[in-house]
Amino acid sequence: MEGYIIEISNLYTSFFIDTQVIPVINDLNLRIKKGKVLGLIGESGSGKTMTALSILRLVPSPGKIISGRVCFEGKDLLSLTNREMESIRGNRIGMIFQEPMTALNPVIRVGEQISETLITHKGLSKKEVREISLELLKKVGFEDPGKRYIQYPHQLSGGQRQRVLIAIAISCNPSLLIADEPTTALDVATEAQILSLLKELIETQNMSMLFITHNLNIMKRFGDHIGIMYAGRLLEMAPVVDFFNEPLHPYSKGLIDSIFTLRPNEKRLKVIPGFVPRLSELPEGCKFHPRCNYAMDICKKDEPPMQDLGNERWIRCYLF
Amino acid sequence: MDTLLSVLELKKTYEVKKSIFSSKKDIIRAVDSISLELQRGSTLGIVGESGSGKSTLARCILFLERPDGGKVFFENKDLMTLKKNEMRTLRKDMQIIFQDPYSSLNPRKRVLETIGEPLLFHGYSKKDDLISKVKDILKDIGLNEDFLNKYPHEMSGGQRQRVAIGRAIATNPKLIVADEPVSSLDVSIQAQIVNLFLDIKEKRKISIIFVSHDLNIVRFISDEIIVIYKGKVVESGKTEEVFYNPLHPYTKMLIESVKADFIKKEPILNDNQHEGCAYYPRCNIKREICKKGSPSLTGDKIHKVACFVFNQPF
Repeated sequence: MEGYIIEISNLYTSFFIDTQVIPVINDLNLRIKKGKVLGLIGESGSGKTMTALSILRLVPSPGKIISGRVCFEGKDLLSLTNREMESIRGNRIGMIFQEPMTALNPVIRVGEQISETLITHKGLSKKEVREISLELLKKVGFEDPGKRYIQYPHQLSGGQRQRVLIAIAISCNPSLLIADEPTTALDVATEAQILSLLKELIETQNMSMLFITHNLNIMKRFGDHIGIMYAGRLLEMAPVVDFFNEPLHPYSKGLIDSIFTLRPNEKRLKVIPGFVPRLSELPEGCKFHPRCNYAMDICKKDEPPMQDLGNERWIRCYLF
Repeated sequence: MDTLLSVLELKKTYEVKKSIFSSKKDIIRAVDSISLELQRGSTLGIVGESGSGKSTLARCILFLERPDGGKVFFENKDLMTLKKNEMRTLRKDMQIIFQDPYSSLNPRKRVLETIGEPLLFHGYSKKDDLISKVKDILKDIGLNEDFLNKYPHEMSGGQRQRVAIGRAIATNPKLIVADEPVSSLDVSIQAQIVNLFLDIKEKRKISIIFVSHDLNIVRFISDEIIVIYKGKVVESGKTEEVFYNPLHPYTKMLIESVKADFIKKEPILNDNQHEGCAYYPRCNIKREICKKGSPSLTGDKIHKVACFVFNQPF
């Protein structure tokens, strides 16, 4: 469809461990508008990272994408050959991983790691690439790109490494950037730097972004749309402003209540009771019903389908 | 109210080789003359970014790491002068909870053994009534009896952290130091654990030192807070006072960054070691004077700040 950079429909991904089949993504439908940021929120094990890996077809063994479609720039990524897929990864889709400490190769100079992507995808000479790499380092906020170019990752701080990773991710001018918890390992101040850098890049480079995080506070100030994942399912999708004004799903409400906002004079935090279920022991029906205050009989038996409520809001709940 | 713990000019330094081959060493002042007081039954929050020395401070207070200088008084006993066995008996009154419940629990011990161990060690219980004691503790930490025989790998992060809290409160300590106890947990579980802390504090009248980088949590749980930056206290005081009226530019920046509804453009800076105030390179109100010396913590009981220029107009 026109206007969307990526459309995922009916995606299923499972892990095959011994004789068990553990579904990590179940019937996922989402799309991102061109030039917009979709924030994917979820707790650990909710399938948000697996969504990113499924898009890139990097689901680690024994995991497998079972069915679905991932439409990106008019192509179904799931039906491409490996060679074709390689020309998209890092080129049309950039990826920023969570751990800036481990995502860079410790024995290769920063500049070469940036150049590598460019040489692979653009077929440029080493000389041309050096110029572009220096330009990229400048773009991500280094004042002395020449010095950084020849440094090794261990000589950089966490925030600086994350900026190098961003430089690598945007080096080929991708149309989609996937950022998986890019600021989780960083301090508040560094986090703000990285977020403002990402925001600026999206605006100036006309990129779209899938932003994965467990931090609702960040999404409040960052994304355009928000998707809430739980146990491998998308439970709610909405424009950010509408979502925070009026969260619909009981889980979304619980999440917003349980974050620590700066409001004094409350003795206790409201909490979502119970524990996040294990993917191998999911309940019947709606996966959230054991923790839900509004659970009805039908929730225990049948899983609710994703409903379109209009105004770009979707929800997976029988209350609506 | 009386003072349970007072820390006077605590220091801890580490030597780090400049490179693998050189003999030159850098000295890192992880804790640089920090003083603090904790009243009985109250909660003190320690806020700082990673590398600020907040975890080192927590460990030095409990003498899990021996400080290089300064004094720690726990119920008027000087911990520096205690003998090993005296320290060991005192340990039952001061417990710690670590950040990562995946690595702080022994994977080969069941919950019964994990929580029961300190009870037996400090002579709180005989083997025969150990189970009923542990059951009582499980009730307090919101787990049912089925957990008695579970191993850590059978539990989720939040459940493990509850067990870690259970082990800490088993000996009825007077002080618990919690080092980032919720930051590795999921959002919906964080709130549960924070509520558990509040319950325990009320029910057992335990004093808590709560170390965290998350300002919102610290504000929620603490009576007083101290903000540390590069091993030094830059601001301290009653929680609400510090939050409503932050004086130090660093505290202001921290509070603004969690309050803001939009992303502010942050300057990117490399702060190397230098003379003067440690915050100088990042400071937005710096003056000439800040280059020269390090400001000391001044103020009254309600609010203290270490800054030369906080009250001067621009």
